[in-house]
Amino acid sequence: MNIIVCIKQVPDTSEVRINPETNTLIREGVPSIVNPFDMYAIEEGLRIKEMIGGKVTAISMGPPQALEALKEAFSLGVDEVILISDRAFAGSDTLATSYTLSKAIEKIGLFDIILCGKQAIDGDTAQVGPELAEHLGIPFVTSVKKIDEIREGYLRVHRMMEDGYDVIETRPPALLTVVKEINEPRPPSLKRKIQAKNLQVPVWRKEDLDVDEKRLGLKGSPTQVLRIFPPEIKGERKILEGNLEEQIYKLVSELKGLGIL
Amino acid sequence: MIRIKREICTGCEICISSCPYGAIEMVEDRAFITEMCNLCRACLSACPVGAIIETEESRLPTTDSRLMDFSGVWVFAEQRRGKLHDVSLELLGEGRRLANILSTELSAVLIGSNIEKEAKTLIAYGADKVFVADDPSLSDFHDDSYGHILAGLIEKEKPEIILSGATSIGRSFIPKVAARLRTGLTADCTRLGLDGKILHQIRPAFGGNIMAVVICPNRRPQIATVRPRVFKKPIPEKGRKGKVIKVHVPEDISLRTKTLEFVKDLTSTVNISEADVIIAGGRGLGDAKNFRLLEELAEALGGAIGASRAAVDAGWISYPHQIGQTGMTVSPRLYIACGISGAVQHLVGMQSSDIIVAINKDPDAPIFKVATYSIVGDALEVIPLLVKKIKEVRG
Amino acid sequence: MDYFLTDAQKTIRDIARKIAIEKVVPSRAELDEKEEFPHEIMKALAQADLFGLYIPEKYGGFGGGSIDLALAVEELSSACLGVSTTFAANALAAYPVLLFGSEEQKKSFLPDIASGKKLAAFGLTEAGAGSDAAAIQTTAKKEGDEYILNGTKQWITNGGEAEIYTIIAMTDKSKGTRGASAFIVEKGTPGFSFGKKEKKMGIRASATRELVFENCPVPKENLLSKEGMGFIVAMRTLDISRVGIGAQGVGLAHGALDEAVKYARERHQFGKPIISFQAIQHMLADMAILTESARALVYSTARVIDSGSKEYSKESAMVKVFASDVAMKVATDAVQIFGGYGYMREYPVEKMMRDAKILQIYEGTNQIQRNIIGQALIKEAASKK
Repeated sequence: MNIIVCIKQVPDTSEVRINPETNTLIREGVPSIVNPFDMYAIEEGLRIKEMIGGKVTAISMGPPQALEALKEAFSLGVDEVILISDRAFAGSDTLATSYTLSKAIEKIGLFDIILCGKQAIDGDTAQVGPELAEHLGIPFVTSVKKIDEIREGYLRVHRMMEDGYDVIETRPPALLTVVKEINEPRPPSLKRKIQAKNLQVPVWRKEDLDVDEKRLGLKGSPTQVLRIFPPEIKGERKILEGNLEEQIYKLVSELKGLGIL
Repeated sequence: MIRIKREICTGCEICISSCPYGAIEMVEDRAFITEMCNLCRACLSACPVGAIIETEESRLPTTDSRLMDFSGVWVFAEQRRGKLHDVSLELLGEGRRLANILSTELSAVLIGSNIEKEAKTLIAYGADKVFVADDPSLSDFHDDSYGHILAGLIEKEKPEIILSGATSIGRSFIPKVAARLRTGLTADCTRLGLDGKILHQIRPAFGGNIMAVVICPNRRPQIATVRPRVFKKPIPEKGRKGKVIKVHVPEDISLRTKTLEFVKDLTSTVNISEADVIIAGGRGLGDAKNFRLLEELAEALGGAIGASRAAVDAGWISYPHQIGQTGMTVSPRLYIACGISGAVQHLVGMQSSDIIVAINKDPDAPIFKVATYSIVGDALEVIPLLVKKIKEVRG
Repeated sequence: MDYFLTDAQKTIRDIARKIAIEKVVPSRAELDEKEEFPHEIMKALAQADLFGLYIPEKYGGFGGGSIDLALAVEELSSACLGVSTTFAANALAAYPVLLFGSEEQKKSFLPDIASGKKLAAFGLTEAGAGSDAAAIQTTAKKEGDEYILNGTKQWITNGGEAEIYTIIAMTDKSKGTRGASAFIVEKGTPGFSFGKKEKKMGIRASATRELVFENCPVPKENLLSKEGMGFIVAMRTLDISRVGIGAQGVGLAHGALDEAVKYARERHQFGKPIISFQAIQHMLADMAILTESARALVYSTARVIDSGSKEYSKESAMVKVFASDVAMKVATDAVQIFGGYGYMREYPVEKMMRDAKILQIYEGTNQIQRNIIGQALIKEAASKK
């Protein structure tokens, strides 16, 4: 089975904070990591390969530095990595990103399964997976928490819903976005990590892809970020008066007033 | 693109730390934007001397007159197994507000099987029109069928704004629709606004550490998904008049996925990092049996169950529920801490929740320092009362 | 402190640290509480290629040495000593094969150990033979092409979980220590079974069990070196493995120190974080001095071993004594800094203090180590004359 895993290099958002005086991000010392959800996609790709054989290719669209993310994927065990990088891709929103990725995947050619993390932790949009599937004209299932069965021409998965899960059947080629419940990623292999240091990562530029330039980067992106600001400061204290029962009653009516109930 | 005016730049380095992508470096004592730049604009406001500018070429093409053909606000009315999702009603309230500002109509799109009766509810909650696609083939949600119908309807009717719940369903097929229509989509909004006819879509980014205002100025429709329980449900107006428009459901929609079954499971699908309401328990609950009390409260509030490390260590609940330094970090709209004293390692994992309710016997428990509402009392006594009151209020 | 590690060594440390943080720390309390063997973590260590660090490349290993192993053991120990004991016990079992095995034996047993496919265990101790290893009662009697093993080994780390066992048994009791021999015994051999699983004070994630041999036939091809070499095999193995115990001590001390510093910064008393009090700062300073000194001694001794020197018995005994005493003291002081909370199982230092104690006991008590050092001093002094 030919498996393609789409990964993204992101800043470790748990380390990102905003400076409330200047409304800017404080990024000093924030490391770049492989988007955690994509680690589950890599692991699932490797498990499929170990189970039924095949080849796992990891691709990433991003600046030249994103090759570090691909090297990490390599050290985990993926067979091949490709970086999709060009200044013309900068400023891509999810539509332009998914379009560009679809063109890279068309260039790779044959594939059975595309795996994406459910979302990236910097943007949290969860859009690139379904949009990519739409560009490629293939079926997709989002929030997959288990691959129940996979073989040539058949795929059955569990899609996580708010109140349980759907058991869904489809036919490869298909795209799946995976959630963290699906597996526990393995650590990198020491031998592959050392090999990865000198790995030559192929880079595909705009010219290497059969793309419509108007659909790339900023020009191809319908959405744009107007501005950013810090989240409202919380920490408001409210007093609940009366005996225990009265306090509880007041709490419930306050929560109702806030639209939570 | 983003440029540095070298003649203005003072080399103060403030911008370097403002960049979430690490795309600014110092070159010959002046700031320099590297290829890492994602054009996110975070640095523009950081520069104290205004040396960072956005150059012409990156601006989007000027407003196309064809955008004027689009009008009306739509809400995708999500239902599962014939029951409307609350978020759809909440969105009708917000959609009504936007439609009024734009002096346009508010419509709802209802897709499913044997659901036409719900159209009345949607009208009562503020819809002027309800498009109903009712067909047995639509009883299960499928990205293919729902996407095909909604996209087709949009192409025909040309609404300017579409709102959907940021639910499992909405976050799955709305991106497909947006890609098909080649328009913008902003996920998981927590607030909406209007600047003229431009929808301001406000959403958290970077794990909730910042808020971003996103716009889609030159394509239509403008599509946003909105988190459940962000907006209040409006008060329904019985007997409110509206039009119900039946949508033709083609027989030949190709379905490439098939739903074999739905397995209801409220416990194993914990995803506390995304839950809007979390009920968390700690050592103060005493034992595993008492810990179950939380389930009733969670069910009453539609929330997920979290736990302190002490409760997990005691084996009352599994590790995926653990909140804190060695567990998950969460920021739900409502966090109810029951019998949790509030060790530092727990607090770091939950203190950015919108509203924190703390229930603990010990009035000096550190959890009270971060609580919005504090109840000093035995959680075992408080929880059942709370469940009772909630049920009363809910009716 | 910069120990001039190579890039490869830094990578080993980083991977081991990643596993320690992501896999060990989240599960250590539960593994300890339930006395559960860390199967998942062993699988991760295998996927990361860490089982073969000290095994030559031609047998499927990484081709490193004691220092490489020490780095991995140190990182794992900073998270959980039970896990690191389970891991390090494989090396203890593999060294006899590596040092004394024939080419055939190395080819058939080392690759599976290096890949982590099979766990290994070393069996020397018996109920009546602890520090007095010469008192072992397990016998191996040669009959045709086989040795028939009889006897019971006690407190064997990885007992029951391992597939490959290196066992010391008496082939000729009349010769005393010169009558012992070393064998490789595979799990599943008839007459080889497992006795009770021990309930321990600490390192409870590790499996400690009896090995029972009842007329267990071992092919003569599984004899390591020659008959009568058993004690030499055991002693040479322990000389090397003691550095691993040192690395365990450094790791545990490091883990406890980190916890103590973190807690002292968070904990407020008298309106200030307790780390602002010099009484606490001085305790932390002493803990840091001891930990770093132990680390320097571990690394330098490991490098002496890796250089090919044969003379390191005294130094490795010093490492074992010093680093294990440091671990015990630092863990105890960490509990003290945590105060009442430190005594509670909710915080990790309580477990660290329980775990640390074993380091002063196993693989030769610290008293026996001092004997080794003392005898070496006598020998050195005598040779100078």
